Amino acid sequence: MIRLALHLPMLNSQSSQNQIEVGDGAAIPHKSDAGLFTAWRIAFFGAIVLCLFLAFGRPDQYMAIFMFIPDGILVTFKVTVGAILLAIVFGLIAGLGRLSNNRFINGTASLYVEVIRGIPLLVQLFYIYYALGRFVKIPDILSAIIAMAFCYGAYMAEIFRAGIQSISKGQMEAALSLGMSRRQAMSEVILPQAFKVVLPPIGNEFIALLKDSSLVSILAVSDLLRRGREYASETFNYFETYTVIALIYLILTLFFSKLISLMEERLNDGR
Amino acid sequence: MTAASRPMIEVSGVSKYFGSFRALSDISFTVNDGEKVVIIGPSGSGKSTILRAINCLETIDRGRITVGGMDISDPKTNICKVREEVGMVFQSFNLFPHKTVLENLTLAQTVVRKRSKKDAEQIAMELLHKVNIAEKADAYPAKLSGGQQQRVAIARSLAMNPKAILFDEPTSALDPEMIGEVLDVMKTLAIEGMTMVVVTHEMGFAREVADRVIFMDHGKIVEEGTPEHFFTAPSHERAKLFLSQIL
Repeated sequence: MIRLALHLPMLNSQSSQNQIEVGDGAAIPHKSDAGLFTAWRIAFFGAIVLCLFLAFGRPDQYMAIFMFIPDGILVTFKVTVGAILLAIVFGLIAGLGRLSNNRFINGTASLYVEVIRGIPLLVQLFYIYYALGRFVKIPDILSAIIAMAFCYGAYMAEIFRAGIQSISKGQMEAALSLGMSRRQAMSEVILPQAFKVVLPPIGNEFIALLKDSSLVSILAVSDLLRRGREYASETFNYFETYTVIALIYLILTLFFSKLISLMEERLNDGR
Repeated sequence: MTAASRPMIEVSGVSKYFGSFRALSDISFTVNDGEKVVIIGPSGSGKSTILRAINCLETIDRGRITVGGMDISDPKTNICKVREEVGMVFQSFNLFPHKTVLENLTLAQTVVRKRSKKDAEQIAMELLHKVNIAEKADAYPAKLSGGQQQRVAIARSLAMNPKAILFDEPTSALDPEMIGEVLDVMKTLAIEGMTMVVVTHEMGFAREVADRVIFMDHGKIVEEGTPEHFFTAPSHERAKLFLSQIL
């Protein structure tokens, strides 16, 4: 997660001159980037207007699509929110593990991060989905959520690790010198501060996950994309259906990226 | 043995290496109960390192440090227990920025000392009055000046009722006009009989408050004695040179 490096004083020595900011989610429209800010408005409101125009201007072709897919949006939303929450848990555990002095814990956490990040998400989804299915009987949507979270947890781990490391060493020392144990210092002093640092990159991951959630349509989960495919295969209106699906994904990601930029602004004001 | 001569901190034969660099070389000294010891020396002389070693923030490679009779180099010693008894004040204050001034003082009291919130707050307010900053109890550290932050940091360390306090260059990060207010608080502590080990460049403070001055250079103790002796007639050339440069 390259964006995070901006918040890390200890990385500055190597990277401050050549800092690039590239998230894997949709670009976050900060006010300072006028071009992107304008682009966001054109894209977001354009997409909404286009949807309205299609639904009401060509109701015979498009209205039926809009009526068919809302439950898919709900499933996409469930998968995304469920997976991000679970990924935060996985990420926090693995991130703390990566910082552990215990070689076994550190090694296990590092292995998880290394292996997961080296395998394409789609392959992992198939693998975890069918591996889970072999041993336990759980609903499709739940195994999809677990698979997504397991993968994103590895990326989240690095965010948490970097976020914790960005808190100055003096904070841990001050807490220890007051007689706190490492565990107490971590939960009372370091983590509350680290959460503030990792919130923006987690927002980014959320948007990336929202888009990647379309992959679960392959796993018998009726998300937005799968509902679209179901509709298209009945009516053969492939072009119209995928136009609508793309527009809805676009509106969703742009909406959330705006929400995240507002959240970041509020965080920065609080400092 | 009288209380005044009971050893509070004993450092004997301590050496430490950073890689092949010898940061501390066979350091030995004793700080008795109620004594104020000031450690001075050029930067890189190891004075902060030995202070941090007493609080177990640095490991040592050789030698022995005991604090209140507890051997901190012994792995069986509960380091947290040692740290509860010895406060530390840092150059960069290290207040917890996500907590108010009052919460900075109550956190360790409730988490470590297991005091009730009410008791902890009462103790905290008394100490904030003592360091003249009670009106900022509900402010966040970022809103305070450096001098104010350092006074809060001293109060935070006092809230644990330590038997001794270590000061690691407490005024080095401060603007000149704020140094006085922090030194005043430290002088008050000294008068009240707190055991103090202070690493500082404030020679006036050392002269006025110290029972003993330790001069370090290149990881060694070069000279040790009363402030009168050290500031007026240092016996070692290195100490003379240092004083001529700094005074």
